[in-house]
Amino acid sequence: MNFELNKTQDLFRQMIREFAEKEVKPLAAEIDEQERFPIETVEKMGKLGIMGIPVPKQYGGAGGDNIMYSIAVEELSRVCATTGVIVSAHTSLCVAPILEHGTEEQKNKYVPKLASGEWIGAFGLTEPNAGTDASAQQTTAVADGDEWVLNGNKIFITNAGYAHVYVIFAMTDKSLGTKGISAFIVEKDTPGFTIGKKEMKLGIRGSATCELIFENCRIPKENLLGKIGGGFAIAMKTLDGGRIGIASQALGIAQGAMDETIKYTKERKQFGKSLSSFQNTQFQMADLYTKVEASRLLVRSAAFKKDKGIPYSADAAMCKLFAAETAMEVTTKAVQFHGGYGYTREYPVERMMRDAKITEIYEGTSEVQRMVISAKMFR
Amino acid sequence: MDKTLYKNVYVFVEQRDGVIQSVALELLGKATELAAALGEKVVALFPGHEITSQAQTLIEFGADEVICIDHPQLKHYITEQYSQVIYQAIMTYRPSIVLFGATTIGRDLAPRLSARLNTGLTADCTKLEISEEKELLMTRPAFGGNLMATIACSDHRPQMSTVRPGVMQKIQRDPSRKGTVTEMKPEFNESKFKVKLIEDVKEDKGMIDISEAKILVSGGRGVGTQNGFDMLYDLASVLGAEVSASRAMVDAGVIAHDRQVGQTGKTVRPDLYFAMGISGAIQHLAGMEESEFIVAINKDKFAPIFKVADVGIVGDVKKIVPLLTERLKKEIENK
Amino acid sequence: MKILVCIKQVPDTTEIKINPVTGTLIRDGVPSIMNPDDKGGLEVALRLKDEFGAEVTVITMGPPQADAILREAMAMGADRAILLTDRKFAGADTLATSNAIAGALRCLEWDLIVAGRQAIDGDTAQVGPQIAEHLDIPQISYVADVKFDGKKTFRVKKETEDGYQILEVESPCLFTVLASAVKPRYMSVGGIVDVFDREVEIWTADRISVEEEKLGLKGSPTKVKKAFAKGLKSAGEVHEIEPEEAVNLIISKLKEKFII
Repeated sequence: MNFELNKTQDLFRQMIREFAEKEVKPLAAEIDEQERFPIETVEKMGKLGIMGIPVPKQYGGAGGDNIMYSIAVEELSRVCATTGVIVSAHTSLCVAPILEHGTEEQKNKYVPKLASGEWIGAFGLTEPNAGTDASAQQTTAVADGDEWVLNGNKIFITNAGYAHVYVIFAMTDKSLGTKGISAFIVEKDTPGFTIGKKEMKLGIRGSATCELIFENCRIPKENLLGKIGGGFAIAMKTLDGGRIGIASQALGIAQGAMDETIKYTKERKQFGKSLSSFQNTQFQMADLYTKVEASRLLVRSAAFKKDKGIPYSADAAMCKLFAAETAMEVTTKAVQFHGGYGYTREYPVERMMRDAKITEIYEGTSEVQRMVISAKMFR
Repeated sequence: MDKTLYKNVYVFVEQRDGVIQSVALELLGKATELAAALGEKVVALFPGHEITSQAQTLIEFGADEVICIDHPQLKHYITEQYSQVIYQAIMTYRPSIVLFGATTIGRDLAPRLSARLNTGLTADCTKLEISEEKELLMTRPAFGGNLMATIACSDHRPQMSTVRPGVMQKIQRDPSRKGTVTEMKPEFNESKFKVKLIEDVKEDKGMIDISEAKILVSGGRGVGTQNGFDMLYDLASVLGAEVSASRAMVDAGVIAHDRQVGQTGKTVRPDLYFAMGISGAIQHLAGMEESEFIVAINKDKFAPIFKVADVGIVGDVKKIVPLLTERLKKEIENK
Repeated sequence: MKILVCIKQVPDTTEIKINPVTGTLIRDGVPSIMNPDDKGGLEVALRLKDEFGAEVTVITMGPPQADAILREAMAMGADRAILLTDRKFAGADTLATSNAIAGALRCLEWDLIVAGRQAIDGDTAQVGPQIAEHLDIPQISYVADVKFDGKKTFRVKKETEDGYQILEVESPCLFTVLASAVKPRYMSVGGIVDVFDREVEIWTADRISVEEEKLGLKGSPTKVKKAFAKGLKSAGEVHEIEPEEAVNLIISKLKEKFII
């Protein structure tokens, strides 16, 4: 048993912390305010290999592991949750399924460009009538000669518009239920594929969240990802990995709010004493700190299992559930500790509280996580 | 080595475009003290082109002897050309001590010479004194100004050090002072001249160098933004002062690097230094604590800046500075 | 082209604090980092490598822990790393340090040597020029920018107090680089993943042919007689008063001192 990062992971943590502090943090408030996708940061991350951390070198990746990837999302989210989710959605929801389920041709065609950040990736599962119940897919794919013809709408798609590659789920045979869902790779600018309206959101406002519209969108036969009817399994497996990413994002947000609050309560004086010298502050912060650390252990343990090839589906659900709820609690209390200032945009905790909320919702709500966990318990 | 063969305190006189640099005169001032303690002479080493007529100036500022090395090759400073002539002078005259300004010239030349002469060199000294054993004791900051170290070069000669501009003080200029002027003919090995000067560009920054300002209004994190600094510029214009800053503000891009006071910026010793919203990290204090009179305003009453301030005010700079500017305007008008 | 970059591991002096009671340095928990100017020098070398192709070797003298900055340099893109480490090097001043490094450099091939202008723990700016002198090659210090013609000639921008100079020099030569002039790249993730499988060459004093009396404490003409924490001057009064009163106080003090 070993709870330490290894040398590689530790050196990587130094690097990504410095990158986050110097390149990401200065933009965080601005991209939130302007609801602007930080494309320049994605370019920088691409050059450094941050867009392909757990991707083998033979496919142009950095050859790192999922613990490093988790550390990256955590450290980025500590200063800017928007940047964290861009990396998480790209890596976990697009690169990972292609690597895991793609043919050699698909991997060679898409992964190097995604891992280098030249292309950004996205994932389209959710529909207006298929949220938590993802099996209720209405998008269809019909074989026609050498092509698949896609029709339908996807909503709330992270990185939409900026992404070049979309992993899309559609019904190939409605009569088979979830066994009738298949996965496809759709490239941007494919005729019949357009980006719909952009959502105006509470938090992670720099990330692009849009609708995808498929109207007789024709893609080549070879863009089927995995087997016909294998889509639902791909989606569920992909989301297991994605949850480690979102848990890391939540952990980062919580840590960021923690750091800001420690700094503020040391500086801020009331009744002639710094806030941090009041026992109420100390005890509340001690509880929060403990929860943040517990989240970190759950996240690292899930990432560790994924790296070792140990089943981790329930672990991913638990770490996401706990980290997301911790992030919400820590950021809410962080605002409270900051008092009136915390409610203003002068301090980042206000943004962090708005950003935290989504981690309880996307890639499976907290309720879905509880379903996954209890399903394992009462199997 | 026979140390008795080495005598006198030498100062490398830095000139740029024929203008003697202030640091050289400051070093001559210090050299007169050191020479007096040793019972020896102050000698100015003065390389350049068409500079001989200025030798008397150096005498008036404390040199007993000036060795002029006048040659077209020495018009502009280039490492090798200058290294050769200063090396030649040191081998010929055998000084006990050689002082250089810690400028981009002195800090380029002195280490090159120390290696050629196989002797010690101590950089950026803030204090020079002669020990009872007649050794030069060189005190300098280390670890980002956190630590002071006193260094000696006991068994090698000459003893060499560089000194930052603004640290030592010139003596009162004395036009009646007498001294000798000697010319040294340089012997160059031109085959070693490998660096060519293509262009020498002066960038007029339109402001007085903060290390030469008499009054400095300096801003830190507590002043914050560009708007905050506008307030400082107002105060500075009333006082005829220059505006400087802590490193945090330079890093934040609010003000240019040449306005930075501190260990990695400039050392200043104005008559009056306003520390506005500067907490006073040790690196900052290292650059300004020698100021004659320090007024500090800061929100945090435990800020380290108050440890060096003559007058410390716990309060909000944004409230106090505009009031102070108004009042000073009136005071000055009424005078 | 072969480029050698001299780097140093230093304590992050911005993190050093003084114990207010004892007046001594608190060095516990102060991180060790690659000296910022040296990192700037490495960046200059890596840019030349990007543009013209070059083999970049980093070399440092220090204790075994200095391995960390060599790994960092390799993860940034350096091809080869050498750690000069030996008790015989301990206690070296700048001259003895330059003797050791120059000795090592004589055992290597290079067209260009790059160093940082100065290290933040000592701030001397001496070792670079001293190395250049030992190797009998020209130096340019305070370098902010380097342009290369792809053959032999460098055109270099040197910062001065009141502007800058453009200088030309041919290889072999040595530059000392300012951190503020070049923004160093980050380590790449792929570089980090590989770096602990790569070799850092360990060179002891036997590996370089330098007489022992030129190394370490023995080879150092300057000796530290004493070191002490800097005493702060005695503080004046600190007043917690209203802005109007504060202004009155400041003005009366300035009058007292005849400043206005």
